[in-house]
Amino acid sequence: MTTTAALNADREVARVRDLKTPIGLAVFAIAALLMGFAFPRDGETTFRLSTGSDFIQLPALVVPTVGFVAAVAVLMVLMVFGALAFSFLHPRGKSPLWLVIVFVALALFAFLTWAAAGKTIPLPGLLIGALALSTPIIFGALGGVVSERVGVVNIAIEGQLLFGAFSAAVVSSVTGQPLLGLLAAMIAGMLVSLVLAVFAIRYIVEQVIVGVVLNVLVMGLTNFLYSTVLTANTAQFNSSVRFPSLEIPILSQIPIIGPVFFQQTIIVYLMYIAVFGVWFGLFKTRWGLRVRSVGEHPTAADTVGIDVNRTRFWNVLLAGAIAGMGGAYFTLDSVSAFGKEMTNGMGFIALAAVIFGRWHPIRATLAALLFGFATSLQSVLGIIGSPVPSEFMLMLPYLVTIFAVAGLVGQSRPPAADGKPYIKS
Amino acid sequence: MKLELRGITKKFGALVANDHIDLTVEAGEIHALLGENGAGKSTLMNVLYGLYRADGGEILLDDKVQHFAGPGDAMNAGIGMVHQHFMLIPVFTVAENVMLGHESTKFGGVLDLEGAREKVREISARFGFDVDPDARVEDLPVGVQQRVEIIKALSRDARVLVFDEPTAVLTPQETDELMAIMRQLKETGTSIVFITHKLREVREVADRITVIRLGKVVGEAEPTATNAELASLMVGRAVDLMVDKDPAEPGEEALVVRNLSVIDANNQYVVAHLNFEVRTGEILAIAGVQGNGQTELTEAIMGLQPRVEGSITLGGEELVGRTPRKVLDAGVGFVPEDRREDGLIAGFTIAENLMLDRSHSEPFVKSGTLQLETLATFAREKLEEFDIRAPGIETHVGKLSGGNQQKVVLARELSKEVKLVVAAQPTRGLDVGSIEFVHSQIVAARDAGVPVIVVSTELDEVVALADRIAVMYRGGIVGIVPGDTPRDVLGLMMAGETPKEAAA
Repeated sequence: MTTTAALNADREVARVRDLKTPIGLAVFAIAALLMGFAFPRDGETTFRLSTGSDFIQLPALVVPTVGFVAAVAVLMVLMVFGALAFSFLHPRGKSPLWLVIVFVALALFAFLTWAAAGKTIPLPGLLIGALALSTPIIFGALGGVVSERVGVVNIAIEGQLLFGAFSAAVVSSVTGQPLLGLLAAMIAGMLVSLVLAVFAIRYIVEQVIVGVVLNVLVMGLTNFLYSTVLTANTAQFNSSVRFPSLEIPILSQIPIIGPVFFQQTIIVYLMYIAVFGVWFGLFKTRWGLRVRSVGEHPTAADTVGIDVNRTRFWNVLLAGAIAGMGGAYFTLDSVSAFGKEMTNGMGFIALAAVIFGRWHPIRATLAALLFGFATSLQSVLGIIGSPVPSEFMLMLPYLVTIFAVAGLVGQSRPPAADGKPYIKS
Repeated sequence: MKLELRGITKKFGALVANDHIDLTVEAGEIHALLGENGAGKSTLMNVLYGLYRADGGEILLDDKVQHFAGPGDAMNAGIGMVHQHFMLIPVFTVAENVMLGHESTKFGGVLDLEGAREKVREISARFGFDVDPDARVEDLPVGVQQRVEIIKALSRDARVLVFDEPTAVLTPQETDELMAIMRQLKETGTSIVFITHKLREVREVADRITVIRLGKVVGEAEPTATNAELASLMVGRAVDLMVDKDPAEPGEEALVVRNLSVIDANNQYVVAHLNFEVRTGEILAIAGVQGNGQTELTEAIMGLQPRVEGSITLGGEELVGRTPRKVLDAGVGFVPEDRREDGLIAGFTIAENLMLDRSHSEPFVKSGTLQLETLATFAREKLEEFDIRAPGIETHVGKLSGGNQQKVVLARELSKEVKLVVAAQPTRGLDVGSIEFVHSQIVAARDAGVPVIVVSTELDEVVALADRIAVMYRGGIVGIVPGDTPRDVLGLMMAGETPKEAAA
């Protein structure tokens, strides 16, 4: 009897009931029920799918608010029971991912319908705003992914973004060349990284502390220069020349997607390339294999002749350059002037996106997009006037980030040697 | 390829780990480097491999002096190493691990994974390995991981291959297979350096034997030398290889384990449905290859595992569900398998470590204040009694040798009123003198009528100590057999065969 148990032990899996998912979904379903039945709102909700300048005009989508929200709420309740069934019947107690995705989409749609009763939601505007707000976070997250994959914790993303934004503004203002501004932003990001790399790798200082100090240092430095130099001569130093918007032929004419993704500046297009490039590089090339080996098991990398600390040094610099480009977005695309602390904590959100995205460039990008979408949603609803207090709406992006990081990630596994210096005897 | 080391010296601070070591390995020879833990074998090989820089001496390959700035240089010169702690990236596939550091690439630095897979398959076929190039290393059993290490070295055309304590993680059968692989490599002209402290293996496979003690070469031996000769050379004095113990006089059942299971964070049963009992005055050895649930079993007894099913009773008292504090209060002495991590606080003094588990009550603490006088007297007594070699009771434990650290742990755990002793890997990494001492203390506890559980992956230790042997495999107990069960039967049981199958 004991033998069979012994031989089968590795295949035996304890039955678990994962009630986290159904409970989480139930909270949303209750909220939907409240919106549908306890606080019904009359009228119709209009979703505008095209803007006036679009190549192909789509008709607006109009739904009756009360009926739609109530119907979706009932559907959501049914799906909660579905998730419960999965918890009890499925051997691992997990609800399938499609169920969660469909549920979240329904919940979002119901909320939009309810909040904008009698009004119009401009869907392209919502999405364009989402992408705009996501772009610097995506660059920051990619910088974080590269740095942490090679084994150096990068808390300094915020500083890299801020210094990038500042340098881009000044250089672009002085030279009149946005491209030089972009270059300056990358160099600025690398400078911040250089300090991080020297202290973390050469002098083995605790990386989190160096990162935090760098953020404060950059904030102080840019504030000082802003108030002493930039405000004294705004025309010369702080009126940057922005990148023009470039339409990509054909692609930009696709309804909804075209105007959102393909009528952008070169920085956004560089972002697409960077996302693909970091993903492809990390997982398909020699560079990536070595970067990941150094971040996972530096001693093993050393024993096959890879110079661990040199690899770390250069890739931390590369991470700074990528994050610096994100900084350029603020002053070369978004607005044409640098403002005090204008990155406004985006670097920390990028850090959350790195963790939420489990140190994977594509997943981190999706996490950044989620945050951008939540922020954009908050501002759109603020403009059209929603029944939810604006203070709550301002919290929305951060709430989404906390819930996403806490609830959906579960146990994410960082690179094994992340944050651990490599010391040879 | 002929390897020659001349006068290699390596110092770590004041410690001379290698003192003018000379070693010559002819082409196509299996040369065993025999020595106790801490004798300096691994240091020597890390110097050879370019991981450490020697303070003196030179390395010659085919009579040409070499200068290795790092492992890359050593590898390019044809030296390969199978490390004791595998140098594999757990989250990479076999092919990725094998290609790392000398990746062949296509246009634009894109990895040529197909080429790497082909290389793995080709080398596997040559040695009859069954290794899937796309398997993730962390999902592979340790025996297979070791083969990946061998493939990795061979894929770089290693002509000198160093095996650093390769059998520590293997079952006896896997060890035999490894020996066959070594002989096969030797046939093809590869020189092999085989580092070990296990005498039996050396005599079986080595062409020549060099013995190292305290960082110096103390002699060469032929494989025909007896175990006793090799052991005395290795230790520097005559060694009694058997533990002196009288037949056990088991009393009533003290520890009773019923249907015990441990579930890990991935919801896997890592210990499944165990049933056994330990009587007073008997040693039950838990044998098995590392990672078959032994660690989790001891942690379950100690209350260190969060998800435990079933029951563990000690003298009728239920232990499952208790905190470690309450388990200790029930009279359990515990020697954890990793003394540095779990047994001691390196930055504390010997005296402080001796009272770690008694910090909540008299006599060492009164009204929240340490009774330093009492503690000092107690610690001095224990220093004497357990032969702890240290300048004084105020010495930091981190500065002691492994053997003396383990004596501190034993002194703490055995100098209270124990009703059960659980000793996990009690002699791992210790020198022979300390091993003898630890074994005698464990036997003394048994003779005092205490039930004892000894968990060990070393078959020698199991056979020397056990009155009964329970063999664990994949979380279950394959069988419980008498202490005089032949080694080959135990070996087969460690690979999962039932006692009947194994004896057949």
